[in-house]
Amino acid sequence: MSVSPVDLPVSRGTKARTRGAIEVAADDSTKTGRVKKRLTSRRATFAAVIIAVLWTTPTFGLLISSFRPAEQIRETGWWTFFANPAFTLDNYQDVLFSTSSSSPQLGSYFVNSLAIAIPGTIFPLVIASMAAYAFAWIKFKFSGPLFILIFALQIVPIQMALIPLLQGFGTILRPGQQWLHDVVPFIPEQNYLPIWIAHTIFALPLAIFLLHNFISEIPSEVIEAAKVDGASHTQLFFRIVLPLALPAIASFAIFQFLWVWNDLLVALIFSGGTGDVSPLTQRLAELTGTRGQDWQRLTAAAFVSLVVPLIVFFSLQRYFVRGLLAGSTKG
Amino acid sequence: MRSPHRRYTAPIALFAVAGLTLAGCTGDIAAEEAADADCSEYEDYGTFEGEEVTIQGTIVDVEADRLIASWTDFATCTGIEIDYQGSRDFEGNIAQLAEGGNAPDIGIVPQPGLVQLLAENGYLMPAPAEVEANVDEFWSEDWKAYSVFDGTFYGAPMLASVKGYIWYSPAEFEEKGYAIPTSIPELMELSQTIADEGDHLPWCAGMESGEATGWPGTDWIEDFVLRQAGPEVYDQWVTHEIPFNDPQIVEAFDAAGEILKNPEFIDTESLISTPFQDGGLPILDGECSMHHQASFYEVNWGEGVEVGPDGDVFAFLMPPMSADDPIAVTGGGETVVSFAEGDAITAVMAHMSTDTFANLRVSEGGSVSANNGVDSANASSPLLEQTIEILQDPEATFRYDGSDLMPGAVGANSFWKGIVSWLSGDSARQTVDTIESSWPS
Amino acid sequence: MTTADLIGKLIQVIGGLAIFAAVVGLILFLVDRAPKRGRDYWQLAAFVAPALLLLVSGLIYPAIRTTYLAFLNRDGDFTGFDNFVWAFTQPDAVRTLINTVVWVVFVPLLSTSIGLAYAIFIDKSRGEKFFKALVFMPMAISMVGAGIIWKFVYDFKSQGREQIGLLNAIVVAFGGEPVQWLQTSPLNTLLLIAVMIWIQTGFAMVVLSASIKGIPLEQIEAAELDGASAWQRFTNVTLPGIRTALVVVVTTISIATLKVFDIVRTMTAGNFDTSVVANEMYTQAFRANEVGRGAALAVLLFLLVLPIVIYNVRVLAKQREIR
Repeated sequence: MSVSPVDLPVSRGTKARTRGAIEVAADDSTKTGRVKKRLTSRRATFAAVIIAVLWTTPTFGLLISSFRPAEQIRETGWWTFFANPAFTLDNYQDVLFSTSSSSPQLGSYFVNSLAIAIPGTIFPLVIASMAAYAFAWIKFKFSGPLFILIFALQIVPIQMALIPLLQGFGTILRPGQQWLHDVVPFIPEQNYLPIWIAHTIFALPLAIFLLHNFISEIPSEVIEAAKVDGASHTQLFFRIVLPLALPAIASFAIFQFLWVWNDLLVALIFSGGTGDVSPLTQRLAELTGTRGQDWQRLTAAAFVSLVVPLIVFFSLQRYFVRGLLAGSTKG
Repeated sequence: MRSPHRRYTAPIALFAVAGLTLAGCTGDIAAEEAADADCSEYEDYGTFEGEEVTIQGTIVDVEADRLIASWTDFATCTGIEIDYQGSRDFEGNIAQLAEGGNAPDIGIVPQPGLVQLLAENGYLMPAPAEVEANVDEFWSEDWKAYSVFDGTFYGAPMLASVKGYIWYSPAEFEEKGYAIPTSIPELMELSQTIADEGDHLPWCAGMESGEATGWPGTDWIEDFVLRQAGPEVYDQWVTHEIPFNDPQIVEAFDAAGEILKNPEFIDTESLISTPFQDGGLPILDGECSMHHQASFYEVNWGEGVEVGPDGDVFAFLMPPMSADDPIAVTGGGETVVSFAEGDAITAVMAHMSTDTFANLRVSEGGSVSANNGVDSANASSPLLEQTIEILQDPEATFRYDGSDLMPGAVGANSFWKGIVSWLSGDSARQTVDTIESSWPS
Repeated sequence: MTTADLIGKLIQVIGGLAIFAAVVGLILFLVDRAPKRGRDYWQLAAFVAPALLLLVSGLIYPAIRTTYLAFLNRDGDFTGFDNFVWAFTQPDAVRTLINTVVWVVFVPLLSTSIGLAYAIFIDKSRGEKFFKALVFMPMAISMVGAGIIWKFVYDFKSQGREQIGLLNAIVVAFGGEPVQWLQTSPLNTLLLIAVMIWIQTGFAMVVLSASIKGIPLEQIEAAELDGASAWQRFTNVTLPGIRTALVVVVTTISIATLKVFDIVRTMTAGNFDTSVVANEMYTQAFRANEVGRGAALAVLLFLLVLPIVIYNVRVLAKQREIR
């Protein structure tokens, strides 16, 4: 629905448009270089730096603190570190290597977190983009009201949905898990399935809402042209919609991943009472001890758990491609 | 999308790399080295090869290790695999887990109020006969009563802490010639003396504790209610037989306020924003002399601080109103309850209610039990030794922490909030009226 | 964890993903080959049914159940509108509602505009990824970490003692008296809001940045050739190009703000006039064991979100009209 100003040239024929997308994307790099000089003004750079500094300073304080000894963290400000540096890796040592028999190795929690977060991101993403496509491009009765209902479900507090879901899992999923364990003994009775499903459900309203708005932005000419060529919905979905909505999918994937990664509540509720599937957050939450005495360890813990979301963020950045829709504007 | 498969490489590579590196630090070291456990103690329980019992509770980290260490031999000898999962969110989650049919076999619940709630909703199994027999043998009536609801007994107490301790610096007391007060008037007199000397405040405290901000203040009130009004009134107060705004409760607030709201005695300004973990630390720097906090505050002093009668800090029990009144203490602890039935579960629960287990756990250090079969010599510090003696003293009155006994709406909400607004300037009367109005009808 | 466990976990994940892919693929393959009659119906079902099925069981049913619970007291007896009456007459009710409105006005507005400005400023600049990561980071830090981060900003120690909070250290360095930031109303609510903005700006920035990249290059270039100023290019090309994304971001942040309670809980526990509706809901339902009251507050939240829903209905209708 991008409305282009009247004085802009909107020429090329419909046919060229679908292909144009790929061509423009291909020589994106050269064009970027040309535009760069004109767009970044000094003032904008200055403002950006100010924002970046404001946003980073609190976190930076935590980073410095994580290398300071416990007593100093409690008694002096982190900025005194520069005047009077006392450096220690104790906090990281505690987080990474403190072995306790209740939680032997951090590695196990790391594996669990990944095993929860990867499917916990992919499942809702696929299901939501399919639904979003249908709401955007398949005409059916009640599609509008249904979409609104789904989007409004975002407001339902997760806490209110836990008990019904648990009960449902107890009657339906448990026997299935048991059977799976009997057939494939490698898979413990308590597996990740309930956690995956819970995360998928809780992610859907936002995912469908977000992806729908981007998918419906795809110019209808592109879709119509493909339909004329005889493409089915499945083909449209995979060949046109998914590639064109990639930036939106990537940005949602980033957020969904880190929400699941940082989640503790869903994991605790659906883990079935054992530590077999506990994620990293569970281990980090108990680092402070029963009486909250060792809270300085959390300074290091925050950064240990930050690493993976940052990797995901950087590696999905490449899908923020410029000009996917180039040459396909509607007049 | 010139290379369609490139987009899958990143996540797959990430997972593969993570998997490989982690395989290194997962280690197959778990093979139990407990082969030489002495099993004669545990023969009566029988064996349950391959059975698993899940336990959850709020106990985490080092304390969780000590807990697990105390049942390792039992587990090895009986063949029961005990899977303990500690979480600080246990109290908030357990009711939902139980409602959803996903509760552990055994729960270690830190509040009788929560045990009651779980029992009322029908989630709990009555305690096995073996457990009740052990509790009759090893615990006082006071303690047992806290697990009985509607005539049904639900589980044995586990660990215990004593709340009304006052921490101080033995060196300072000796140097200045202060004597340990034996009555509340003496305590107030001492406070005045320290204040008059002028170089530092007599008291320090910290009330900040995240969502539970204000709870250390509830301990003050409970201590005063128990000492001023006596155990009967205390019981009526926590069970709401007398209203929360009863004049005797107002008196307790006023008595506590003579210290907590007196700028000569305490830094009233920073009181609410100081984390409770840091509340007593100024004693170490000579910035204050006394700090009212439970026995478990021992873990908060930090490394290198010696806790003992001749150490850097030690604690005396908050004295009674007059020196010849009997000792009365408030305290807390956990109750071991079960959400499921089974012979293995019964065996674990029975074991956890014995003096054997209590001694094993106390020997691990850092905590005590009110089990009267515990040898106080097993305690890991002089303070804990003293705590055990108080808990086992037949003359001493023991009352459970009141806020843990009240309904959640009060004990885990309006009482805490009331303390905060009282310390920020509300009168005692206003405060108790507000709390009373929040008591569920 | 033994190697066997690790293998078991790998099998679960890879197996889970493979089964999922196979099922989705199979369904889509089959509906593509469904008989011509009713194919549209089957295709629609294949695309929408999985999501609907999950939503009905996991969110719609709980939402209905919550609404039902809102009319029950703690013993499970029907009490009519008592819980709602309570919600509006409890001592802090007005304060809580006002705070909630203040949150919903400030957070979406500020985090979206800052996020948008930042996204535009750094667009195509050198080190864009790095700059983005800086503002994205608050979002990726867990709430526990964020709590400590802001403790080091808002902490208060009485005068004369060394400050460990950045704000008070600055105040003291300039000769002022330390302030109890989180205990001073109404300043404290604004300071808590600052934390939420700090977190949500990253979300706005990432989504809007992805959308800016979707604006056809030739439009921007054409505007440049016409000699449009940076501001004109922004209002004439960029803004129209990212309108949908803006709606999405503002809506999402508004809803997230209505639901927020962990910031309030961990930093002030709702004391000192900082409570918001979601925090009261959580406290009542999961701490005070007053599920009915908690549910009533949840329903209230649902009503508060209605204006946002209505706005989106309009946008959607307009969008469909154009097409």
